[in-house]
Amino acid sequence: MIAEAGLAALWLAFSLALLQFGLAVVGNRLGDLKTLVAPVAVAQGLLTLLSFALLIWLFLRTDTSVQLVAANSHSAKPFIYRFSGAWGNHEGSMLLWVTVLSAAGALLALVERRLPERSLRATLGAQALLALGFFGFLLIASNPFTRLDPAPLQGQGLNPLLQDPGLAFHPPTLYLGYVGLSVAFSLAVGALVTREVGPAMARAMRPWVLGAWVLLTIGIVAGSYWAYYELGWGGWWFWDPVENASLMPWLAATALLHSINVLAARGSLRAWTVMLAVVAFSMSMIGTFLVRSGILTSVHSFAVDPTRGSFILGLLIFYTGGALLLFALRIASVREGARFEIVSREGALVANNLILSVILGTVFVGTLYPVAVEAMSGEKISVGPPYFNAVTGPLVVILAVLLFIGPLLRWRRDTRPNLRRVAMPAVVTAVAFALTFIDPAMNLLPRLGLSFAAGLAVASFLPLAGRDLRRTPLTIWGMVISHLGIAVAMTGAAADASLTRETLAAARIGEVLTVGPWKVRFNGVDPVAGPNWTAVEGHLVATRGSTSIRLDPQSRYFSSPPTETNEAAIITRLDGQLYTVIGKREGDRWQMRLWWKPMVTFIWLGGALIALGGLLALIGRLRRERGRPLPLAEAQT
Amino acid sequence: MTLAPKHQRLVLVLLAVAALIGAVMLAMWGLSDRAAYFRTPQDVAAGRAEVGVPLRLGGMVQKGSIQRMPDGVSVAFVLTDGVGQVPVRFTGIVPDLFKENSGAIAEGQLGRDGTFVADNILAKHDERYMPPQMGNQAAEMMTRETAK
Repeated sequence: MIAEAGLAALWLAFSLALLQFGLAVVGNRLGDLKTLVAPVAVAQGLLTLLSFALLIWLFLRTDTSVQLVAANSHSAKPFIYRFSGAWGNHEGSMLLWVTVLSAAGALLALVERRLPERSLRATLGAQALLALGFFGFLLIASNPFTRLDPAPLQGQGLNPLLQDPGLAFHPPTLYLGYVGLSVAFSLAVGALVTREVGPAMARAMRPWVLGAWVLLTIGIVAGSYWAYYELGWGGWWFWDPVENASLMPWLAATALLHSINVLAARGSLRAWTVMLAVVAFSMSMIGTFLVRSGILTSVHSFAVDPTRGSFILGLLIFYTGGALLLFALRIASVREGARFEIVSREGALVANNLILSVILGTVFVGTLYPVAVEAMSGEKISVGPPYFNAVTGPLVVILAVLLFIGPLLRWRRDTRPNLRRVAMPAVVTAVAFALTFIDPAMNLLPRLGLSFAAGLAVASFLPLAGRDLRRTPLTIWGMVISHLGIAVAMTGAAADASLTRETLAAARIGEVLTVGPWKVRFNGVDPVAGPNWTAVEGHLVATRGSTSIRLDPQSRYFSSPPTETNEAAIITRLDGQLYTVIGKREGDRWQMRLWWKPMVTFIWLGGALIALGGLLALIGRLRRERGRPLPLAEAQT
Repeated sequence: MTLAPKHQRLVLVLLAVAALIGAVMLAMWGLSDRAAYFRTPQDVAAGRAEVGVPLRLGGMVQKGSIQRMPDGVSVAFVLTDGVGQVPVRFTGIVPDLFKENSGAIAEGQLGRDGTFVADNILAKHDERYMPPQMGNQAAEMMTRETAK
């Protein structure tokens, strides 16, 4: 009965989305009925939540009479993975997607009080139209509640790689981010429909974009760390299509975040902001399409079905194409924004947007190029790190330079930009650049990365200079911390690229290997068993100076389904990580791979700071803007 | 320099278009020599694989070809697709599912002596990675074997 109730809730939610869309379209002719749009949105959100909760319940009970549960779960699995198993598959993850989409629409209907009523209604109509497509996709092509008769006694289990706490909560985080951008998209469409593109729209959009951006950042950082420790490859970013699928909306959202600020504060960049809102959500859908279609199979090839790809591609074309068409028809009627000069905060933010767009463009082309080439010539191609690093690396350095100056410029025009304030970070950069020559073997890009990161670390604090720190708004703190986070992450990435030391050897028991400043003694191996795996565990003792630490890397074997994985053992120190992997047996020797990775943790620490900055800015905005009238910029235009 | 509103909008549009074109040109420049091509042993035999550029070479590990080197971490083997045969050298930990008569992809460069030097090995049915190319190729190979 639970499965049937879940399906019924989904159908009801679908009907309500249809009603919501209809009410929004003919709203003005309905008189009092038009106020129903918001309550309908809330009801639709609640029903979808109920449907998703019922699916989770089925997974917790391991109800194998439901096909999805039988195919993806097993009663012997630890509780948390029976729980996360609900979205560790195609149908469940799409239901999660729709749930977040509907819940976001409901939340918007509940909390948004400052938009003109007509705009809000049009926005909720757009959100309902989005939800309709994805409800249709679920109900027609991927019903998660299909029964299986006869029910098997036991389920087939979950891909062991997915049995990891990090990965259990990784997809929901990313989805919350993706779908948060759907609200920005709907707000942009609503504003275009009602010709209300302006600061009010930007202010309504900003918390959603900030929230989505924070979640995307957390999702990307967590995913990167997961790949780093779980795959045993010692890498933190592979330019895998699935990684790019989350990076592209993040890049668009980062650009959007900055242009929204210009629109909200100054009334400029109207068309540009609307365009970015459309692009950002389109990138989310492209991400979903890439992951779900099977067009690009990858590390994350767990929930793939080519036949469903065309459905998502259809939705993608319909929504993006529709929004772009609306944009083309209405853009002439978008009012002129406030003017600004090239040397100004606005000018710097335009430059930031352009560079981010170029990075986005190159990642986009690199990710989809193999698909295009194969479709046109049948030739199989794959684009990897050599391309992405060469193309994006220099752009990131340019972005860092821009970050020195932008936050120090004044709005509208800066006739005499106070360039003396940039002197200190410039000197720091130059000194750091000179210092990198201690290691003559270093390549130019890591050299530039390390030195500009040092300069940026100093520059990011400059907006605080001369302020009363206790009275500095949270939004300024947010900017400072996020920009500092970029410097920290750049340092980690450049250090990992240039300073990593590796030792690969087949070691006898009792042998001592050296890697960087560490001496690692191999003390032997033992068999170990976990809840649903067995493993060979190596025993290592790493020594540096007077400290000795044990490391126990494992090579694990899962029987259901048969899979082998590496569990790296890692020591974290302030100045870096020692990363150890045990491989195969070679006679009386065992293969060992040891890495000393100086400052590698800065990559994720920086990512965490970036997200924290976004969170502070979000809190600051929500506190500051509650019930505050629109700024002068709106009245001026 | 103060621009009239119309001109300012025009400048922004031109900048956006320039950024888009710049991105595509940059991407094309990058792709021209950095796209890792997927090659088969047959391609190598026919001289259709560039020497000294990053490539992916996919095929079956030939039976009896796996030789472990005395250092314990290097391995030499031959990748074949039934037509061509390419000797491959690799230093590192091979995936658990790397075995004879099983599909594998080597990432690396073809040397002048005809030996492929791999920096990475991906094994078929390895849960960690399975490029779509491998799926097609394995299927083709199986049909070819049944045809025999």
